[in-house]
Amino acid sequence: MIMQYELIPDADLVTNYIQGNEYALEILIKRHKQKIYSFIYSKVYDRDVTEDIFQDTFIKVIRTLKRGAYNEEGKFLPWVMRISHNLVIDYFRKNSRMPKFDNSGEFSIFSVLSDNTLNAEKQIIKDQVENDVKRLVEELPEDQKEVLLMRIYEEMSFKEISDKTGVSINTALGRMRYALINLRKIIDKHNIVLTN
Amino acid sequence: MAKLYTNTSIKKLKDLKPKEETVNFLLNYSKALSVINCNKLKFEALLN
Repeated sequence: MIMQYELIPDADLVTNYIQGNEYALEILIKRHKQKIYSFIYSKVYDRDVTEDIFQDTFIKVIRTLKRGAYNEEGKFLPWVMRISHNLVIDYFRKNSRMPKFDNSGEFSIFSVLSDNTLNAEKQIIKDQVENDVKRLVEELPEDQKEVLLMRIYEEMSFKEISDKTGVSINTALGRMRYALINLRKIIDKHNIVLTN
Repeated sequence: MAKLYTNTSIKKLKDLKPKEETVNFLLNYSKALSVINCNKLKFEALLN
């Protein structure tokens, strides 16, 4: 029985299917699935996309045949191939308007694109670190603290600091240097971890 | 001697075929779809 079906030409199977024989479609699909699938895959090189286009191709085939809109002039396989070819073109047209990057290959788009905004956890850690630093700065002798705040938080130059505080540039530089040394000492002494 | 990589890729391409579930979906879709002729209009109905 199956052997007989294998020998039936495509055109007859199509006629049988149009007349309501669902099994005829099964034979047609099984007969040509590998050729059509490979054809699509050779264009898109993606198993999932191939599967989708293969499915859409046959949905179109089924609808056309059931509506009786199939034109028997050509042959079945070239007709199906043309449908899948058109769907492949549609797929590329859609993707050129909105390019997609998949992460299945060796190249990951996220290695060149990154989201620089902090997530909630990192934001909390950053706030904590900044608070800790502020508290440490409070521990510094007044003259060193003054220079450090102007330099780091107000982004003033040492010339401006010198003008504002009335000490020489060298003194301001020295105070800044001692401020940093003292901060490091306190951090070491109390084993404070200031990392994000 | 240079290795020929093309042979294997061609062989691989021949092994390609759709998943069983895709084929089954299509067969079920076909069974469920019926086209109703009404005067000169054609209506599609999916009956599951």
